[in-house]
Amino acid sequence: MHRVVVTGTGVVSPLGSNTAGFWKALLAGTSAIREIIGVDASQIRFKNGAEIRHYVPEEYFDPKDIPFMDRFAQFAVLAAREAICDAGIEWTSDLRESTAVITGSCLGGRAAEESGYWELFHNGRTRVQPLTIPLSMSNAGASHICMQFGIEGPAYTVSTACASASHAIGQAFWMVRSGAAPMAIAGGSEAPFFLGGLKAWEAMRVISKDTCRPFSSERSGMILGEGAGMLVLETLEAALARGARPIAEIVGFGMSADASHITQPLAAGPMRAMRSALRDAGLAPEQIGYINAHGTATEANDRIETAAIRCTFGSHADKLAVSSTKSMHGHALGAAGALEAVASVLSLRDGMLPPTANFLSADPACNLDVIPNQARATAVEACLSNSFAFGGLNAVLAFKAFP
Amino acid sequence: MSNQTIQERVLKVVATSKRIPLETVQPESTFEALNIDSLDRLNILFDLESEFEIEINDEQAKQVHNIHEMIEGVTLLVQAKNASLPVE
Repeated sequence: MHRVVVTGTGVVSPLGSNTAGFWKALLAGTSAIREIIGVDASQIRFKNGAEIRHYVPEEYFDPKDIPFMDRFAQFAVLAAREAICDAGIEWTSDLRESTAVITGSCLGGRAAEESGYWELFHNGRTRVQPLTIPLSMSNAGASHICMQFGIEGPAYTVSTACASASHAIGQAFWMVRSGAAPMAIAGGSEAPFFLGGLKAWEAMRVISKDTCRPFSSERSGMILGEGAGMLVLETLEAALARGARPIAEIVGFGMSADASHITQPLAAGPMRAMRSALRDAGLAPEQIGYINAHGTATEANDRIETAAIRCTFGSHADKLAVSSTKSMHGHALGAAGALEAVASVLSLRDGMLPPTANFLSADPACNLDVIPNQARATAVEACLSNSFAFGGLNAVLAFKAFP
Repeated sequence: MSNQTIQERVLKVVATSKRIPLETVQPESTFEALNIDSLDRLNILFDLESEFEIEINDEQAKQVHNIHEMIEGVTLLVQAKNASLPVE
């Protein structure tokens, strides 16, 4: 069993096109939630989202490559590019052959699928654009990362709705810890702003007409976001041997299934995932100082998550700080866990905890210390990052500060 | 269609959507008694919007806890829709 550290991070988000911009905005409590401009919002009953505005693929990719990558796959590659550069990886043929790439995505390139089918359904065409399949497949992010960097090791994609990226990072962690791969690029990417997808979310009646106010008594639902987050995970020995500076140590991964309802959450599932992450990490509950919550700002999630944290931590729940950064970057679905994992490891590195933005007043059903609106300078020993998916599939990551 | 009351049409939508016998759905039925959960509610709201060609917003939907309130709410929306129709 190897110790595993995070040596690089990459972010594409509405808060900034790299890790530094993202982190600066989170600590400033800046929310990227604005009126949706990428899709004709007159057809949708909600108006706001956390979109990456003014994204120009030509600034980042060779024009000949762009037609082969949906927006979600481009985000995956951009985040991986930054993470690999940040980690200072020097590729050898052995490393390329054994490095793992594990990505998460809820929707994959479904926007490409929509535009492909649109022609068939509405414009009287009898054929569908030939790149529809390679653009829309959920593993396109992982495949393009492998192709861009010549990585030839184990590579696959996990799709567990809003927990996709956390499941991907957890799996990658276990592979590196066990020695199955010496290094992994893991995270998630998502691009959910297309008409059919937004209409489907509208019908779920969980999107706020206002903004995202996690744990606040005025919360009225989630706000969709987009982007990608990627982490470089490697063994501590390898990182130190090549003179890399670990950002934090990844120490635990816990999973569970509610086995209850396809959309209604239950506290027992998330609680078992948190307990299992602590056990996997060999951490006592009292060692956790911060939880980056799933915190979607739906009525049900925040109440259930609070109950799950209280069940897991007992009286220590009153000594923990908990925040939902979704209040700032929105709910990026299959990328959410990766953006939040990046926020978690940077919290440990800098001794700064990001706030829950847009917070108005406390809800007795969410009576945790949720770091309202202002970042807090607190060095914590270890933290959890929670992700709970529709379908009742839960994934929790545990990180520890690296001295 | 026109000789069916709004109440009859609402009961039918609920029964069809939930796949339960029509006679089990009564105006005084609670969602609990009919075993209607949050996801069933979404389906019923969707089907009511189609049946009556109305739009039920999330806030209105949250106020509804039983079939009686559902019939009342739909009636108000249908009346509002008819009032706004151009006079021929």
